Amino acid sequence: MMLVKVMFYILAAIALGSALYVAAAKNLVRSVFMFFVTLFALAGLYVLALADFVAVTQIVIYVGGILVLILFAFMLSGRETLEVLQQQKGKFISLSKLPAVLLALMFFVVMFVALRQVNINDADWVKTAVAEGNIMKPDTVLVESIGVNLMTRYLLPFEAISILLLFALVGAAHLSRKEPQA
Amino acid sequence: MIGLNEFLLLSAALFCIGLYIVVAKRNAIQILIGVELMLNAAILNLVAFGKYDKINNGGQVFALFAIVLAAAVTAVALAIILNVYRQYKTIDPSKINKLGD
Repeated sequence: MMLVKVMFYILAAIALGSALYVAAAKNLVRSVFMFFVTLFALAGLYVLALADFVAVTQIVIYVGGILVLILFAFMLSGRETLEVLQQQKGKFISLSKLPAVLLALMFFVVMFVALRQVNINDADWVKTAVAEGNIMKPDTVLVESIGVNLMTRYLLPFEAISILLLFALVGAAHLSRKEPQA
Repeated sequence: MIGLNEFLLLSAALFCIGLYIVVAKRNAIQILIGVELMLNAAILNLVAFGKYDKINNGGQVFALFAIVLAAAVTAVALAIILNVYRQYKTIDPSKINKLGD
């Protein structure tokens, strides 16, 4: 029990720190590679939330697919993309970033206060789930029930999302083809 | 186990960092990274809530759907960014202020 808490706080610190580095980094490629670290830490947090299948999917799709795609975009878009960022030198927080910092901080304060006031552990559906024993234990085997639910209860969203993925595939292929110069 | 409050607080913090990246950065690819960070914060919330739904697995199944949607978003957005770069020779969104033709 104690070890789980320690793991959670370590992973949370890694995720937050690397996300802050992504936000602050001057070097674009370095910030993309730090985003790898954020995604891995988030996958670890999913495991701690008892969602191991989602964690594996996160690693396969995000780290294996999306980040490689982003790196490809860098390589294809040429040197000037990288130079844009290295031109803006200055302090850690320059004056032009101040509105964005204020916006993010104030939004965080709003959510923090809301969380403090609501106390989600007293919500009705959480109490119902705990009372009915509808709550995951660390030794629950999930993959099987996820598979069954995906093919029965969530079949319509599953099909909708596969059609949407097909649309996105065709659209991306159409957008990135070479224009015939005419 | 770890309570819901810790997860919600962490995901709020991640969401705010993503919001900062989206607002402050002047590079379309970094803005895309900020959007991904915000999506990940939302997925963390879904997964944390999914712990209280052992029978239907609602939270985790929709977390999977959100990950797939994020992949589709990235593919299309990067194709658009590459096209924009080909046309304007920059991907700073504040400098892209003309129509295509």
